[in-house]
Amino acid sequence: MKKLLVATAIAAAFGSAHAQQTVKIGMPLTLSGQFADAASQMLNGAKTYMKMHGDTVAGKKIELITKDVGGPAPDVAKRLSQELVVRDNVDILAGYVLTPNAMAAGDVSAEAKKFMVVMNAATSVVITKSPYMIRTSVTLPQVMETFGTWAATKGKIKQSYTMVTDYGPGHDSENAFTSAFKAAGGNIAGSVRFPVANPDFSAFVQRAKDIGPESIFIFIPGGAQPAALGKAMAERGIDKQKTKVLGSGETTAEAALKSMGDTALDIITAWHYDYMSANPLNQKFVKEYNAVSGGRNPDFFSIGGYDGMHAIYETLKKTKGNTDAEAMIGAAKGLKWESPRGPMMIDPETRDVVQNVYIRRVQKVKGELVNVVFDTIPMVKDPAGERRKQGAAKK
Amino acid sequence: MLWSAVGVLFDGFAYGMLLFLLSVGLSVTLGMMNFVNLAHCTFAAVGGYCTVTVVNRLGWPFLAALPLAFVAGAAASVLLERLLFRRLYRATDLDQCLVTIGVAFMSIAAFAWFYSTEPQSARPPEYLLGSFELMGRNFGVYRIFLAVTGLVITGLLVYSLEQTRFGARIRAAVDNQRMARGLGIDVDRAFLYTFGLGGGLAGLGGALSIEVIGLESTLPLSVILVYVLIVVAVGGLGSIRGSLVAAIVLGITDTAGKYYFPWLGAFLIYLVMVALLMWRPLGLFGKR
Repeated sequence: MKKLLVATAIAAAFGSAHAQQTVKIGMPLTLSGQFADAASQMLNGAKTYMKMHGDTVAGKKIELITKDVGGPAPDVAKRLSQELVVRDNVDILAGYVLTPNAMAAGDVSAEAKKFMVVMNAATSVVITKSPYMIRTSVTLPQVMETFGTWAATKGKIKQSYTMVTDYGPGHDSENAFTSAFKAAGGNIAGSVRFPVANPDFSAFVQRAKDIGPESIFIFIPGGAQPAALGKAMAERGIDKQKTKVLGSGETTAEAALKSMGDTALDIITAWHYDYMSANPLNQKFVKEYNAVSGGRNPDFFSIGGYDGMHAIYETLKKTKGNTDAEAMIGAAKGLKWESPRGPMMIDPETRDVVQNVYIRRVQKVKGELVNVVFDTIPMVKDPAGERRKQGAAKK
Repeated sequence: MLWSAVGVLFDGFAYGMLLFLLSVGLSVTLGMMNFVNLAHCTFAAVGGYCTVTVVNRLGWPFLAALPLAFVAGAAASVLLERLLFRRLYRATDLDQCLVTIGVAFMSIAAFAWFYSTEPQSARPPEYLLGSFELMGRNFGVYRIFLAVTGLVITGLLVYSLEQTRFGARIRAAVDNQRMARGLGIDVDRAFLYTFGLGGGLAGLGGALSIEVIGLESTLPLSVILVYVLIVVAVGGLGSIRGSLVAAIVLGITDTAGKYYFPWLGAFLIYLVMVALLMWRPLGLFGKR
C-alpha cells in the first residue's frame, strides 16, 4: 500500500512536470508598502480579464504566480524575477508597477529569454531593457509632451508654472511638458519640485498663487497626495478662470475627486484611461471589475493589468500556445485591439504602447464629478521612443 | 513681503498645532515612562479611520466624530498598553523599538485589510472649508479651526496636569515612583491614564489631519512619524511646553522653507533640528 502511494506520488510529480498544459505568468508586484494599492489594482485588472475570458487559451491553462517586492527595490525585483524563472519555471514575466523594478527585471527577461509584459512602469527607456518586452500601460512623454503641445496650441495657453514631485517620473514629466510647451510657443514662468514625502502643500501653492501664472502644470503620484494638493489649492483660493490648472490623470483620480469636492471643477488633465468613460466595453469591464475587487473602481493600473493579459492571450493564440520568447515577441509586435480605454496597438518597431491621449475637464454630471473628455489626440506613439529610433537610424 | 510673512507664520502655526496634537502623547510616554513607542502614529490612524467610518458610513457630522476619534485612539492605546506594552516597561530600548515597530506594521496590514489601500477622506462641514481674504492673502478657515483647537487642548492639558488632583498624581508617579507608591498612589493606573491620554490626543490629531494630509493605511510608518519624532526630540522628552514650542517652530520652519526656498525642499527642518539639538542636546525644555 505504501509503495503504491509512493509510486502514485512520483507519477503525479512527473505527470505535472511533463504535462506542459499550463502557462505560468510570474508577477513580482509591490503588494505591500507605499505602492500596495497600485499593485492590487493592477492584479485585479489582470484577474478581471481572466474572469471575463476564461483561464484557458490556445489549449493551455493560465496560472498567475505573484511575489511581493515591497516597494521601489530593483535588486529585490530582479531576484524575485530570477526565482520565478528558475524555481517556479514561469513562461512569462508580467506586472511591474515601478520603473526601477521593471528596469532591473528587464535584464532577467533578456538573459533568460522570457516574454515580458510591463503593465505600468511609465518611464520611456524601460522598454529598451529587453528585446522580449512589450508595454501595455502608458509612457510619460506620450501623455505629457502631447499635453504640452496641446496646451500651447489648441488650449491657447501662453504661460505655465510647473509643480512636480521630486522623483524620476516627476522630472520626466516636467521635461516632457516644458519642452513641448516651449516648442509650441509657450513660456514657463517658473517651476518647483515637491519632496516625495510631503504631507502639507499649502506653502507651495501659496507661492504659485503669488507668482500668478496663466496656468499651473502638476505632476504628482497617486495616493493621498493629489487630494492634499487639491485641498491646498481650494483653501488658497486659486481661481481656475484666472489660473488654469493642468495635470496628469492622477491629479483627478477617483479618490482625489472625492476628497476635493467641487474645488476640483475645471481642472484640465491629459490621460489615457478613465473608469467613467462611456464606451460599452468599458462599462462592461467596470462592472466585472467591481465584482472582482469588492466594489472598488478600476484606475490606470487596472487597465494596464487588463490589457497586459489581453496582449498575452492574443499572443498565445497566435503562437498556438508556444511560449518561446522569440515566437511570442514576433506575434506581439503590431498587435491591435479595442480596449476599454479605446483603440490601442503594440508598436511593431519599438514594442511600446500606441494609444489615444484624452484631454479632459472636471465637470459635474448628474451631481457627480467626472473627467469629461473634450478633445482626443488619436494613436500617439511614445515620442521619446521615436527619437531613439531616429537617433539609431542616424548612426 | 511682510504680509506674505504673516501668511506663512499663520500657516506654519496651524500646521505646528497639528504636529503638536500628534506628538505630545509620545513625548509624555517616552519622557515620563521611558517607553519608546514607534507605534504612536497607529493611534492617529485609528482616530482617522474611526472618523472616516462614522462620517461616511453612518452619516455622523464631522465635529461629532472628533470626540469619538479621541476615545478610539485612547481605547486602542489602553488596550495595547494592558496587553503588550506594560510588560516592556523594563525591557531594553531595542526590544521596545522592535515590538512597537512590529505593532505598527501589523496595524498597517490591518487597516489595508479592512479599509483597502485606497486613500480615505472625510469632509468637514462647508463652514470649515474655504478661506477668507484679508489684504490679498487667503487664510484657510480649517487652519484657523486647527489652531484654535490646538490652543484649547493645550490649555486643558496644562490645566489638568498642573491644577487637578489627577495631574498631581501623574506628576508624582513620574517624578518619584517609589515615593508615590509609598503614599498610596496607584502608579500603574496613573501610567495607564497617561498612555490613554496620549493615544487619545493622537487619535484626535489623526482625525483632524485627514483634511490636511489625507489618510492612507501606511500612516503609522509614514513621514508623519518622522515629524513626530523630530518634535519630541527637539522639544525635550516629557515636556508638554517643549513639544508645543518645538511643533510650532518646526511647522513654521517647514512652511517658510517651502515658501521661500522651495529648492531646499523639506530639507530645512532637518537642518533646524540638527542646529537646535547641537545648541541644546536635551531638547528645548528637556531635563534629562
